[in-house]
Formats: sequence, structure tokens, C-alpha cells
Amino acid sequence: MTEPVTFTRALLDWLPWLEPVAETDLTDRQRAGLVDPARVKSAYFRLLAHDPDILGARTRTDKDIFFNVAEGLPRAERELAAAATSRLNGCIYCASVHARHAVTYSKRDADVDRLLAEGIGADLGERWNAITEAAAALTATPPQFGAPHIERLRRAGLGDLEIADLIHGSAFFNWANRLMLSLGEPAV
Amino acid sequence: MDAIDTLARIEPGSTLDALRRRKPVTRNNAQASFDALFGAEARLPLRERAAVALFVAGLQTDEPGQTLYGAMLADEPLHAAIAAEFKHAATTGPYGAFPAGPLTREDLAGPSYTISAAGRAALGARLAAAFEQAHMLVFHPRDATPGAIRTLEAVGWSTPDIVTLSQLVAFLSFQLRAAHGLRALAGSLA
Repeated sequence: MTEPVTFTRALLDWLPWLEPVAETDLTDRQRAGLVDPARVKSAYFRLLAHDPDILGARTRTDKDIFFNVAEGLPRAERELAAAATSRLNGCIYCASVHARHAVTYSKRDADVDRLLAEGIGADLGERWNAITEAAAALTATPPQFGAPHIERLRRAGLGDLEIADLIHGSAFFNWANRLMLSLGEPAV
Repeated sequence: MDAIDTLARIEPGSTLDALRRRKPVTRNNAQASFDALFGAEARLPLRERAAVALFVAGLQTDEPGQTLYGAMLADEPLHAAIAAEFKHAATTGPYGAFPAGPLTREDLAGPSYTISAAGRAALGARLAAAFEQAHMLVFHPRDATPGAIRTLEAVGWSTPDIVTLSQLVAFLSFQLRAAHGLRALAGSLA
């Protein structure tokens, strides 16, 4: 196992710095916190299961922000916002997962790879540039997101609900990135 | 009104209220997350959670957040000590180093925060270590190391405590940004 030194769409592993709850020791409350039974195989989610209530609420928030596409921003662009946020914060693991999803839903391999290679500011066409710029502005600490970003998003064709979805997608990855970065590390 | 409504100043019946209610699962679970971290059944003493939250809101210069989380901290003398810390610790992020390799050309230098002697005396060793971890996670999360975890353990943070601390700071990084973004969106409709 070695540490990845570039942003990549390759499948990475993630190694915890603290001991996850052993699969055989999971309480009913911890299993409920995992939400998705397949996640018992994940060291990351079993580590978070040490505090099952926030894990459960976090997981349901995550799934709705990204998977509920009945209306609002297309899935590909929610994934783009997640990848851009992860790129700027420097979460190589998170960026790999959401770059793969962005490609799956957009088929724009070259643009997603350009974002990974060049970072925020890579030229991905006006609509995607507006999205990555907005995600970056919200990811800054303190956040810099404001009227100019909203104006550019509107000109690129996003409506209120789509902008709200982008805000949630980027804000959510400011949560996810900090968990993955502070509790373990990616491995090839 | 839930916590994000309060932070974003979203009034019942407003355009933003209606917009949030189109995604009820997101809305309800963002609130359930807040409740899991700040409600009666949450792990860690409320004094610790509220102190960290007030510090994080202060670092983000988020005034509605300082009001909300400051009101949870009953220990009045701590308010001034925490405000003194976030004022001297404030900077802009994200910065930090990448692993050795081609990405190091993107390394951005920034301050590594150490709590003041007065802050340490007021907050105690456990919260002092939590504040130093919180500052890193707020401004330069890619600098996190296993060594930082060992530092927390040395002053009594257990594995579940550290998981909760990470969730707390990371959740606030979401919640305060979601509210900031929605406040800006509301402003654009005014």
C-alpha cells in the first residue's frame, strides 16, 4: 500500500487512523446508523459507527442531496460540485470517487480529468466553469460565495432549485472531505 | 423554522422556505444531524460541543452561527476566552501541503494554530487540544495527520470522542456553508 500523490479517477482504498468498530461487535443502533447494510464492509463507515446517530443522519442527508434527482440539478453536475470541492480542499480519496461518478453521469472524461489535473480554474466550458467557480467560492473559508456567482450560474441556465442543489452538494463535501482527511488516509 | 432557517434567516412562507421544502429528506436530515450533535442524547458534554461550535463559527466569521452556538454555551466566562482565540486565529483557507510528488507545486503555506496560554488556562487541556484540531480542519484539513489524533488521545479523547469531534467540525463546515449559500440566494431574489 502506498499513498497516492496525484488526483486520479482510479479506485483507491482508505485506511483509518483509529480502530473501526469490528463487524461482529456492531450494536443494532450502530447497524441502523450505517443505513445501507453493505456498508458493514467499509472501515470508514464502521469507524464513523462509533457515533451512530450522527452517522445515520449524515448518510441520509448525503443520499438525498446526491441521489434524489426527481427535480433540480442533474446528477452529473452535483458530482462535479463534489469533485471540485474535494479538489480544492485536497481530498484525493473523495475527488477520486466523485470524479468517477461525474464521468459516469456526464460522459465528459476529458473535462473531469482536466479538473483533476489542473484544479479549480480548469476550462470546462461556461456552464461547468460557473459550477466549479461557485463550488470553490463556497468552499473557501470564510465562504466567498455571493451575488456574482449566483448571477453567473443564472446566465449559465441554472434556476433557483438547481442553485440550491449546487449549494448543498458543495457544502456537503465540505463535511465529507473533513471526515475523510482527519480520520485516515487514501492508499493505492 | 429549523437551524438552517435560523442561520440563513429564512422566514416561514418565503420563497427560500418553499425551495427548501421541495427537498424534505435533505431538510429533515440536515436538522436530524444538528439534533444528533447538539441534542440531549448527543455524545460529549454540551459545554465541549458548544465551545467547539462557537469557535468554529467564529473562525468562519459567521455571525448567525456565533449567535446560535453562543446561546448554547452556558459557561459565560468562556465566551470571552473563545472570542479571543478565534480573533487571533482567524485566517483564510483552504491551505496546506500535499503528499510528496507533483502536487507539492500547489502547496499553500498558512498558519498552524497553537492556543494561547490564557486560552489553555480558561479552556483546559482537553478543549485546548480540540480547538487546535478544529482550526486545522476548518482552514487546512489536508494537513491532518495521525500525530494530531495521538495528541488528542494524550489529553483524554477516546476513539468515539474523536469521531464525534470530527463530525462536529465537519458538520458545521456543511451547515454554516449551506446557510451562507441560501442566504446569498435569498438576497439575489430580493
